[in-house]
Amino acid sequence: MPAQKAHWQSRSRRRARAGLLGPGLLLMAVLSIAPLVLVIAYAFMTRGRFGGVVPGFSLDSWARVLEPIYLGVLWNSIVVATITTLLALAIGFPVAFVISRLPPQWRMVALVAVVLPFWTNFLIRTYAWVVLLNDVGPMNKGLAELGVISEPLGLLYSEPAVIIGLLYSYLPLMILPIYASLSSSEREIAEAASDLGARPWRVFRDVYIPLSVPGIILGGIFVFVPSIGNFVIPDLMGGGKSVLLGNVIRDQYLTARDWPFGSVLILVMLAILVALFAAQAVASRRLTGKLTR
Amino acid sequence: MRPTPLVFKVITVAAFIFLYLPIITLIVMSFNGGRNPYVMEGVSLQWYRELVTDGELIAALEQTLIVATVSSLIAVVVGTALAVGLARTTRSRSLEIVSVVPAVIPDVVQGIGLAAMFTLLAVPLGLTTVIAGHTVFATAFVVSAVRARLATSDPSLEEASRDLGAGTFTTYLRITTPIMAPAIVAGGLLAFTLSLDEYVIASFTSGSTSATLPILVYSRVRFNLTPEINALGTLLIVVSLVALVIGARWIGRRGKVSA
Amino acid sequence: MTQIPEDHVLEPTTLTASAGAGDDSGSAVEGGLLEVRGVRRAFGAVVALDDVNLTIRDNEFFALLGPSGCGKTTLLRAIAGFEVIDSGEILLGGEDLHSSPPERRPVNLMFQSYALFPHMTVAKNIAYGLERERRPRAEVAERVATVMAAMQISELAKRRPSQLSGGQQQRVALARAIVKRPRLLLLDEPLSALDRQVRLEMRVELKRLQHEFGITFVMVTHDQEEALSMADRVAVMAAGRVQQLDTPVGLYRNPANLFVAGFVGASNLLVGVVRANTFDSEHFGSLPLPSNPKGVARGHLVLRPEDVRIVAPGEGHVQAVVSDVQFHGAATTVLATSSVPGAPMLVAMVTGLAQVTPGDRVGLHWDTGLVVEDALA
Repeated sequence: MPAQKAHWQSRSRRRARAGLLGPGLLLMAVLSIAPLVLVIAYAFMTRGRFGGVVPGFSLDSWARVLEPIYLGVLWNSIVVATITTLLALAIGFPVAFVISRLPPQWRMVALVAVVLPFWTNFLIRTYAWVVLLNDVGPMNKGLAELGVISEPLGLLYSEPAVIIGLLYSYLPLMILPIYASLSSSEREIAEAASDLGARPWRVFRDVYIPLSVPGIILGGIFVFVPSIGNFVIPDLMGGGKSVLLGNVIRDQYLTARDWPFGSVLILVMLAILVALFAAQAVASRRLTGKLTR
Repeated sequence: MRPTPLVFKVITVAAFIFLYLPIITLIVMSFNGGRNPYVMEGVSLQWYRELVTDGELIAALEQTLIVATVSSLIAVVVGTALAVGLARTTRSRSLEIVSVVPAVIPDVVQGIGLAAMFTLLAVPLGLTTVIAGHTVFATAFVVSAVRARLATSDPSLEEASRDLGAGTFTTYLRITTPIMAPAIVAGGLLAFTLSLDEYVIASFTSGSTSATLPILVYSRVRFNLTPEINALGTLLIVVSLVALVIGARWIGRRGKVSA
Repeated sequence: MTQIPEDHVLEPTTLTASAGAGDDSGSAVEGGLLEVRGVRRAFGAVVALDDVNLTIRDNEFFALLGPSGCGKTTLLRAIAGFEVIDSGEILLGGEDLHSSPPERRPVNLMFQSYALFPHMTVAKNIAYGLERERRPRAEVAERVATVMAAMQISELAKRRPSQLSGGQQQRVALARAIVKRPRLLLLDEPLSALDRQVRLEMRVELKRLQHEFGITFVMVTHDQEEALSMADRVAVMAAGRVQQLDTPVGLYRNPANLFVAGFVGASNLLVGVVRANTFDSEHFGSLPLPSNPKGVARGHLVLRPEDVRIVAPGEGHVQAVVSDVQFHGAATTVLATSSVPGAPMLVAMVTGLAQVTPGDRVGLHWDTGLVVEDALA
């Protein structure tokens, strides 16, 4: 019996699939997945004498994570990233709320104004704060002239400076998802709550906040993730006094040349991120009503 | 409708001051007459003059433009095809995740991974490796942008094209791509801008001769600060804004036509 | 009253509203539950409510009927407290509502979009309003269970709004408002989002619930058939004013002006001038006019299709040729065109089958007819 001819669709589909997906997936496999796998694999090897790794399975580097100095860095990084995220939320929610209440033509202008600083060079943005916060810079000078302070605040090259820098860089990433979750459909739902007897603060608690939870969590991830892995802002604004996870990881690869330990720290960071994304997925599933509407 | 709480309004105004104060400071300080980048001493354009005669800086700018152009062009071609392929030829969730991983993963991880791999394969670090590093995340951003647009477009347009006698690739070129144009351009512009700005991956994948502009800026800010950086920053802000306005207008116009 | 199937509602032939004095139909009845007095509301240059006066009685099913933009939703939202009024007053049981925010008004609104809380179950949604009143837990549970049973949604208690059909969502929205036993239940286009079949069921259901719970219902709708079939009394609104407030039969039989005649029910509307015992139609010449109770001098003659009889050619008031015959079961609509240039098509409705086919020459006869003013109130 002659072999049955394949349906035209399966043939042409296979060709289309190979042509469209092939190059992109190859690129991702070689330049994204392979490096990631390599970094993960290095976490289970021992360090070479001049950098690099010695092949062979080992868990030596994992024990070092528990050394007080690295636990301290990890804790400090989580604290700094958390404070940044909470500040971004405290500022971002009201801003997103106010923008969502503007008349439509102003809403667009305000959103662009929120995003604009984000489109300027990241290093330059950070550097602008170095200028602004410097002991002899405009802010200290201005405050001294107003008589608010008698000597410079000494804010630059401290942990608060790092937090200001991180907050400045990632604030728009908190505002936008919250704004998106506060779209116009929530207005009627909020009206329904007050119609049923909820006072204004109660409407906030029962409607605006729960309904913007997916946006809040997404914004939280957008702020927390780049904050915890950042080493540029601690370098430029922390003056080496504030060492975060990102700095340690970078140093393990570039100066200490202990790649396996660097990889272990990367895995710790990735584990935190995966946990956050999982939390976000759970939270938005609990609100499926909102997402599937 | 209920009035917005006053506290919220106050916070919003403060937030906008917070967002714009540093930028305004930087722009003002770029016209500094003195040598100290933090203290205003008279008004002059001297740092702009220094800027255009700074050979090191111009070389870095060249490298950056090459990296951004090449990586975003590759990303547009490969990323668009990948996004269409994902949307129309497969239902695989995992392929989709693989395609956007570089947009999600922290840049320090991406940079270190590439550096480790290039070292292992004895690939010399240089402009090519920086381009490779930028192409990956650029492609992921193009995929996300085009994917979002495809999700809202009507697949029957492509079916109509097939029905009228066009093959798969003709349909892709003549129908799918034009419809996707605003998303492709948006993704490409995003990729280009992010590449211009990218420091972390570049710092791990560039050799000693291939410093991009962000790498140079970083080292100047850390070790060799002059008001020239203020002038450079001001110029970069202006260039970003002009590019953003042109891009937004173009996309806005196209989006309206094809919507 | 003749029920005209929805898809055969005929467009009013002419609707020319000229300037002029209208008659005031916002008749106030003493001792009403809700009194709306001289309410005005403008959005910039657009006047949404222009001196609205009406009284809603205790325990009635009241409808605000009008085309979109007539101000009916603005009025509803003003009663609920979501819209500030520029002047006038809204009294509930004699008490001015002006300074009470929505959450303190003993009035509940069922939103057109239902506005169910997506993050709460059905039971939580319904309990929400009672919890705001700080009712004891047991009472809340009991009242929620009772209302869910009455609405036949008990088995949906644990579901989320996204898991419900449109009809179920509507029942939940209704239950959430009713459970508070408001003095007044406001319904904003309650049936507009439903399929035709569910809509017909809900008409009956809404009337049943209104009766069962003894709550005054105020419904906003643009669907005249809905208003006529459900409400005890209807206020027809246009251009921010009440054009007529009457029972459904009153509106249909005795429309206050051309707008009401055209908007409520299907009509033949013939433009012309009243002479002694005749109506000089612009297109059909002198037609008999037995009475002119409104004393209108110039306006439109309103002829309901069921009042128009088909007679032999040469007889009747108007001669025409049948252009279309539409059969809808209990009745048949006959459309006829006269040879007069520019004359409106005339519509007759006969019970059962019509003994004519398109192309037949016929005469049209009627015994009643009302002349109304063109101008809006």
